[in-house]
Amino acid sequence: MSSDEMWINMGPQHPFNHGLWNLRVKLKGETITQAEPIIGYLHRGWEKMVENRTYSQIVPLADRLCYGSSLSWNHLYCLTAEKLYGIEAPDRAKYIRVAVLELQRITSHLTWLMAVGTDLGSYTIMTWSIRERELFLDLLCKLSGARMTYNYCRIGGVRNDYPENYERDVLRVLDEFEKRLRDLESLMDENEPFLMRTVGISKMDGKTAMNLGLTGPIMRASGVDMDLRKLDPYEVYADMKFEVCTHTDGDVYARYRVRMDEMRESMKIVRQALSETPAGPIRVKVPRCPPKGNVVCHVEDPRGESLMYMVSDGSEKPYRLKVRSPNFVNLSASPPMLVGFKISDVPAIMGVMDMCIGETDR
Amino acid sequence: MSQVIVYDTPDRSVEDIARDLKSKFPAVDVLKAAPKRLHVQVPRDISFEVCKFMKEGLSFEHCSCVTTVDYIDHFTVVFHISSWTNHILSEVLVDLPRDDPTVDSITPLWGGANWHEREAYDLMGIVFKGHPDLRRIMMPEEFKFHPLRKDFIVGRRV
Repeated sequence: MSSDEMWINMGPQHPFNHGLWNLRVKLKGETITQAEPIIGYLHRGWEKMVENRTYSQIVPLADRLCYGSSLSWNHLYCLTAEKLYGIEAPDRAKYIRVAVLELQRITSHLTWLMAVGTDLGSYTIMTWSIRERELFLDLLCKLSGARMTYNYCRIGGVRNDYPENYERDVLRVLDEFEKRLRDLESLMDENEPFLMRTVGISKMDGKTAMNLGLTGPIMRASGVDMDLRKLDPYEVYADMKFEVCTHTDGDVYARYRVRMDEMRESMKIVRQALSETPAGPIRVKVPRCPPKGNVVCHVEDPRGESLMYMVSDGSEKPYRLKVRSPNFVNLSASPPMLVGFKISDVPAIMGVMDMCIGETDR
Repeated sequence: MSQVIVYDTPDRSVEDIARDLKSKFPAVDVLKAAPKRLHVQVPRDISFEVCKFMKEGLSFEHCSCVTTVDYIDHFTVVFHISSWTNHILSEVLVDLPRDDPTVDSITPLWGGANWHEREAYDLMGIVFKGHPDLRRIMMPEEFKFHPLRKDFIVGRRV
């Protein structure tokens, strides 16, 4: 290493990283020549832990994988377990799940917007998106009784039906949020410093992104129309009418843009799912032990492709449960995104990744 | 402005791809060929060639996940490899003997497998030959065990 180069540890405690992880960067002057993310500070041994729990005990644990979008993990676990048991949730439960998952996606994206706003020096965006997020948290709280760890999906359906006047409340929030989303967008898009820090930074083309295993909004920002809700539809997404938001630039601004557009599409799905929810039961009974076998299931999380692989030996506890976290892979692909840019670009590049260490370290 | 890559309709069916794979590698055992799913069992010595053919000949462009399962008498490595072009999630199972848990790394083919393989090495002790940087990732460097193995004794409460 020459005398004008140095390694800098940005973390484990650093204002820019949301969660406990470390980004080591090698600098030549102010330019990054090498980068190495270090994780494992929050490793709780989730995969070992669940081998000693019964199937129904894991449902609330799956919530704790990510505090920002706990419902999507909760749902993925229940969906995988349902495949293992060989059962299917009733139609009404499927529609409820889709509506609630999309509400969760908006909440997750608003949390991300809040973080990215503070990272890039706009304090207003943080307070505004927290205020908007609260509207959705109230909805989810009314549905499940909790603000962040909902424990709402069950193997074979959902825990409870919509509360009284729920549809009216959701539509009221969506109408209000539609107006406020325009405000949020103009706050970012008309902000000259924000554009200077994001446009043209950390460009990545679709082929490289694909090889590095990127998924989700980051992948779609690189001009790849890839969304598991369309490619491998689960629940009732095949019947939902929505567009997959893509952008061709592949820079930080494109990644921001894709997430903002996705919130609009999510609102469309919520409206459609609410209006088409059929009447009927919301849950089926499941036996205590599933048959022997293994299943794989993947869904589109707010951050990308999340996958669970479950092996059962016929007992009441899973033999092995593997979690593929989208953020884990997206983070592993960050060195090529960072190299060549200045150290002051790090908050912009890593900020739009929507870091969640809970699901990365498991 | 470049073009958006769109995967609207699958180019080839699962049966078609399974047939191709079987004719190129007779040792490959097709366990399941359902819509959007292809499960194959592959002997350890040709696992890399099979993966390479899947990437270059059958347009499997994305490595979703690398899982390892400890079946006590042997290990199984599961590569989940997706083809967006053909809308398939494939499962490639490779059995490894317990006393020699080594397998060829697929990181040279798909960079996305890098950290999955490091995690499998860290928690299950599988050695991936040809991996560029096989170090522990979750546990500290000086940790001596592979905690996801079934013979790793944890306390009364986990």
